[in-house]
Amino acid sequence: MDLDVVELSRLQFALTAMYHFLFVPLTLGLSVIVAIMETVYVMTGRPIWRQMTKFWGTLFGINFVLGVATGITMEFQFGMNWSYYSHYVGDVFGAPLAIEGLMAFFLEATFVGLFFFGWEKLSRVQHLVVTWLVAIGSNFSALWILIANGWMQNPVGAEFNPMTMRMEMTSFFEVLFNDVAQAKFVHTVSAGYVTAAVFVLGVSAWYLLGARHVELARRSIAVAASFGLASALSVVVLGDESGYSAGHSQKMKLAAIEAMWETEPAPASFTLFGLPNQEERETHFAIHIPWAMGLIGTRSLTTEIPGINELEAQAEERIRSGLIAYDALLTVRQDREATDPAVMARFEEHSDDLGFAFLLLRYLEDPREASDAEITMAAEDTIPKVWPLFWAFRIMVALGFSFIALMAYFFYLASFKGMQFPRWALRLAVIVIPTPWIAAEMGWFVAEFGRQPWTVDGVLPTALSVSHLGVSELLITLAGFITFYTVLFIVEIGLMLKYIRKGPFMDVAETDAWTARHEHRLRTHDGNVPDATPAE
Amino acid sequence: MTLHDLIAYDLLRVVWWLLIGFLLIGFALTDGFDMGVGTLLPFVARTDIERRMVINTVGPVWEGNQVWFILGGGAIFAAWPPLYAVSFSGFYLAMFAILAALIVRPVAFKYRSKRESTRWRTTWDWALFAGGAVPALIFGVAVGNVLQGVPFYLTDDLYAMYDGSFHAKFLGLLNPFALLTGLVSLSMLITHGAAWLGVKSEGVIVARARRIAVVSGLVTMAGFALAGLWLAVGIEGYSFAQTPITDGPSNPLQSEVIRGGSWLVAYTERPWIIIAPALGFFGTAQAIRGLRRQSELGTFFWSKLAILGMISTVGLTMFPFILPSSKDPNSSLTVWDASSSHLTLFIMLVATLIFMPIILAYTAWVYKVLWGKVTEADVTDAPQSY
Repeated sequence: MDLDVVELSRLQFALTAMYHFLFVPLTLGLSVIVAIMETVYVMTGRPIWRQMTKFWGTLFGINFVLGVATGITMEFQFGMNWSYYSHYVGDVFGAPLAIEGLMAFFLEATFVGLFFFGWEKLSRVQHLVVTWLVAIGSNFSALWILIANGWMQNPVGAEFNPMTMRMEMTSFFEVLFNDVAQAKFVHTVSAGYVTAAVFVLGVSAWYLLGARHVELARRSIAVAASFGLASALSVVVLGDESGYSAGHSQKMKLAAIEAMWETEPAPASFTLFGLPNQEERETHFAIHIPWAMGLIGTRSLTTEIPGINELEAQAEERIRSGLIAYDALLTVRQDREATDPAVMARFEEHSDDLGFAFLLLRYLEDPREASDAEITMAAEDTIPKVWPLFWAFRIMVALGFSFIALMAYFFYLASFKGMQFPRWALRLAVIVIPTPWIAAEMGWFVAEFGRQPWTVDGVLPTALSVSHLGVSELLITLAGFITFYTVLFIVEIGLMLKYIRKGPFMDVAETDAWTARHEHRLRTHDGNVPDATPAE
Repeated sequence: MTLHDLIAYDLLRVVWWLLIGFLLIGFALTDGFDMGVGTLLPFVARTDIERRMVINTVGPVWEGNQVWFILGGGAIFAAWPPLYAVSFSGFYLAMFAILAALIVRPVAFKYRSKRESTRWRTTWDWALFAGGAVPALIFGVAVGNVLQGVPFYLTDDLYAMYDGSFHAKFLGLLNPFALLTGLVSLSMLITHGAAWLGVKSEGVIVARARRIAVVSGLVTMAGFALAGLWLAVGIEGYSFAQTPITDGPSNPLQSEVIRGGSWLVAYTERPWIIIAPALGFFGTAQAIRGLRRQSELGTFFWSKLAILGMISTVGLTMFPFILPSSKDPNSSLTVWDASSSHLTLFIMLVATLIFMPIILAYTAWVYKVLWGKVTEADVTDAPQSY
C-alpha cells in the first residue's frame, strides 16, 4: 500500500472537513436564532423583529451556501478517496448518510429558498413555519451525520461477513441509539448554538460601540446572551457525557487525551497541565487534579481507567488473535458453504479482532508472515500522537468554560442592568468572535485524530481504507481544493463584512406600496383576505 | 429481528434498482433544468436585469433540486456500496470536475448580485454557465463509459483497482462514444432548461431560449438515435455465463460474466422495454412541437417525459448490470451482487417509503407558492432576490 496516498488522503479529508465545519456551526445556531427572532415578530407584530430576522437571515444565507457547497465534497470524498472504506462499511455507514438526505437535508434545502423568496408570498405564520423547518432540517442533518460519525468511533450493531468482505448491519437500532452518537450530537449542536450566539453578540457589540442600529443590536444581544448561556452550559455538560462514553468505548483516545501512560489506581487524577513526551512515555511538569478523571471517565470511584501502556499490550494480544481470524478467513472465503465447521468456529471466535490483523498490512503483504517485531510495531501504531490531542483538548475545554462566563455576564447585564454594557465588555465581545470556531475545530481534531490509526475504531485501519489512486491524482485535487476554498473563503468573508458594515437595510416591506401589493397577491392567490399581513 | 425477511432479498434488490433510477430521474427533472438554465444564461440574457430575471427563475428552488443529486449519491452509498466505491474513485478526476462545478454553482447563485461591479457579476455568470454545462456533459460521458465497461477489477479482498496511469484513465473517459452520450445529456438538459424558462419567464428571454431549444432538441434526438445505432453495431454488451444467483451474498466475484454480443439483446428478451427509447424520441419531438406552438406547459411536460424515457433506456437496456468491468468482466457489478445486505436494503426502503411522500408533498407546495412568471419588478423590488 502506498503510504503517500494514505497521508495525502488524510490531509485532504482533514482540510475539507475542517473547512466545512467553519460554516456548519453557524448554520446550526443562526438558523435557530433567526427562527426565535421571527417567532417574537409574529407574536408581537413589532417590525424591528422582522428587520432583525431579515438582517441575521441575510448573514445566515451567505454562510449557509458555503456549508452546502462544501458539504457535497464531504459526501463524495468517501467514494473518491476512501473507496475501500466505502465498500467495507457502506452497508452500515451509508444508511445514516442517505437518511440524512431524506429526512433533513431535503427539508432544509427546499425551504431555505422560501425563507428568502417567500416574504411576499406567504402569510406571517406560514413564513415562520418555513423558517422553523429550515432550522429543524439543519439540526436533523447534524443528527444523522453524527450517527454516522459516532459509528466510526464506536461501531455497534454490525458484524463482519466473510462472504462479502465487509461489515454488515445487524441492528439498526443499535446504530441509531449508539450512546457515542447521541452524546456527540447534542454536544456538537450546542457548540453550534454557542458559535452563533458569540457571533450575534460580537456583531451587535460592534454596532453598539459605534452607536449604530442600537435598537436592533440590543435586542439581538438579549437573544444571543440567553440562548448562548443555555447552550454554553449544555456544551460543557454534554462534553462531559462524551467523555463518559469515550471512557467505555474508546479507551485509547481517552488515555491519549490525558497523556495517561500508566494505569492509575482508581479514581484516576486529571492532568490539568503538562508536557507529554511520547518517546519516554512520561508527562513532564504535570499538575494533577485528584479523582477528576476517574469521575468523568467512569462516574465511579472504583473503576480503573487503563493507561496507554496497558492498552498497547492489549492491542498486541488482539493482533495475534486477529491473525488467527485472518488465517481462518482465507479458508472460509475459499470453501464458502463447504467450510470445515472447526475453521468456521475458529473464525467466529476471533473475528472481532480481524481489524487488528489488518494493521500489519502496513508492513507486509501477508500479515500471517509477520515477525514479532512487526507485531510490536503495529501495536505501537495503535497509540495516536499524544501531545496534539492533549493540547487541543485543553484549549477546547478552556474556551468552553470561558463562553459560559462571557454569556453569563452579558445575560446579567441584559436582564438586570438595563442593557448598560461597559465598553470594555463590548470590545471583548468583538474580539472573541473567532474563538468558538477554534474550539469547534479543536473538538473535531480530538475526535478524529484521536481515532487514529483507525477509520472505524478497531475494525478498519486508515491505511487500508484509501482508494487505489496515484499521488499525482491526489495532488491535483488537493491543489484544486486549496485554491477553490481559499478564493471562496476570501469572497465569503468579504461579503460578510460588507453586509455587516451595511447593517439592516430599509425594508421595502415597510412601504405602503409593498403592503398593498402583498395583500393583493395573497388575496388573488387563495381568494381570502390574508389574516397576517405586516401593516405597521 | 426478522421483519426484513418479509420482502425477499432479490425483490428488494430490484426495488432498489427502481428507487435509485427514480432518484436519478428526479435529479435530472429538477436540477436538470437548473443546469440547463445555467448553461443558457449567457446566451438568452444580455443585460444585467435580464440575467437576474433568468437566475431568479431557479433562485428559490435550485437548492432543493440539488438535494436529489446528494440523496442519489447517499442512496447509492447505502444501497450499492460497491458501486459507490468503484465509480467515485474510478472516475476520480471527472468526479472532481463535477464537485468543483457543484461547489461554484451555489456560491454563484448566492453571491452574484451581492455586489454591483459588472466584472464581479459577469464572472459569476460564467461560473453559473460552467456549473450547469460541465456536470450536464460529464454525467452523459459517464453513462457512455458505463455502457462500454470501465477498466477496473476487484481483488479477492474486494479492493477496487484500476488500470493504467491516471492520464490514460481520465483521457480514456473522453472516447468518441462517451462524448456522444455527453452531448445528448447536455443538449437534453439545455432543452429542459429552455422549457422551464418558457414557464417561468417572458418576452425576449423566452424567445431566445426557444430558438436555442429547437436546435438542442433536434441534436438530442439525432444523438440519441446515433448512440442507439452505435450500441447495435459498435459496442459489446455483457451477460452472465450462467443463470445468476439472485439472493446470494453481495460478492461480484462469485458470478461469471462474459463480454460479447450486444446490449440490445435485451430488446428481444424483454420487448416491452422499447417503450423507454420510444418515449425519449416522442417526448423530445413533442417538446420541440410545443416550442414551435409556444405552449409552455406542454413543452415542459413533454421534456420531462423525454428525460424519463432516455434515462430509463440506459437502465433497462443494461439490467441487471450496473457497472460492467472491461478489464475483468467477472468483477462487473450487477443488481444481484453489488447491493447492501438484506437488512440495510429493507431499512432504507422503510425510510424512503416514510419520507419520500413527505418530500414530494412539500416540494409540490413550495413550487405552488412560487408559481407564476418572474417579472422585472419581482427582481428589483425584493432585496432578497438574486
